[in-house]
Amino acid sequence: MSGVAADFEDRLKALMLRGQAGDAAAWRELLSALSRQLRGYFARRMDAGAAADVEDLVQETLMAIHRRRATYDPAQPFTAWAHAVARYKLIDFWRRSRIRKHVPIDDVADWLAEDGASAEEGAVRADLDRVLSVLPDRQRALVRDVKIEGLSLAEAGARMGVSEGAAKVALHRAMKVLTLGVRKP
Amino acid sequence: MKTDELIEALALDAGPSRAVSPRLMAAAALGALGAFGLVVLWLGFRPDLAEAPGTRMFWMKAAYTALLALGGFWSVERLSRPVGSSRRGLVLALSVFALLAAAGLWQFMAAQPVERMPILMGESWRRCPRNILVLGMPVLAATLLVVRGLAPTRLTLAGAAAGLFAGGVAATVYGLHCPENTMTFVAVWYSLGVAAVTATGALLGRWALRWR
Repeated sequence: MSGVAADFEDRLKALMLRGQAGDAAAWRELLSALSRQLRGYFARRMDAGAAADVEDLVQETLMAIHRRRATYDPAQPFTAWAHAVARYKLIDFWRRSRIRKHVPIDDVADWLAEDGASAEEGAVRADLDRVLSVLPDRQRALVRDVKIEGLSLAEAGARMGVSEGAAKVALHRAMKVLTLGVRKP
Repeated sequence: MKTDELIEALALDAGPSRAVSPRLMAAAALGALGAFGLVVLWLGFRPDLAEAPGTRMFWMKAAYTALLALGGFWSVERLSRPVGSSRRGLVLALSVFALLAAAGLWQFMAAQPVERMPILMGESWRRCPRNILVLGMPVLAATLLVVRGLAPTRLTLAGAAAGLFAGGVAATVYGLHCPENTMTFVAVWYSLGVAAVTATGALLGRWALRWR
């Protein structure tokens, strides 16, 4: 887990523990932070233009988190718990609206990386996800790290355990695939 | 309602959360009371109830089914949470079953061939699993109701764990009625009864545990 994600986890977990003990101020702060997080999370997974559904899902998830706060076990990471509740709500929404879609269970890292994006940003990200989905996992991660997160080639390479040169070649290949994919009618 | 207003409302409603385990215990107590009522009103106590607690087999049976219930409790307590694993409870339940199955097999093999069928079938093999299934229903209903108010995300699995818990509790209560006292009988027919309640829980879980 990166430093930013770990800080996020610690901050939210502390709020959650105070909220479980009945601290209203901590609870309000936690729900506000989560509402931003959830908006981005749902927006990235829904069609653009489903802003009303996104907001409904955010509210439903906040209510579920409120009503079921006793089920968070402090021995476990808080973000994993909150993510699992959000994921359940999303799947439940899709089932009710008869859309079947697979939600990967390991997108918790993605959830952590998200720092409260707006719904518009979410829609853009959804498009981006679609474009990037043609790439194999490692190349996709590389494009994200370098072109979106702004890491240097050396940093991105180190993260994947390859040299800077190898990262450069892989990135070049990935960009070529993407360019061809976008140009195709 | 705007999301900010909702957050305000929820913050006003903030308060200490109620722990998970006591809620499940309350469900078990209520369900066990229902099963006990069924024994009193429907099945009746075993005729030798006064002397039975002096025998080792009475406690062996009770210990076996209570351990199955404990395994179910551990599992359902974890599976009532979004990121829970049922492994510990499952390992306990399977271990005690394996232990008793081995003991039952040993008892069966060590007996004279003519005694084998009575040891395995007892007097009540036809009724035993069915009775445990029926006694398990009040416990299962109470448990599912509590779990639904928690946050299970794997509904079939959580239902099965609730069923194992309910079956273990019901089979323990059933020991007050059933006079069978061979390990072979308990390993086969009691286990089958508990398995039936577990399967019922798994089947019901998908819709009974869904939360909105």
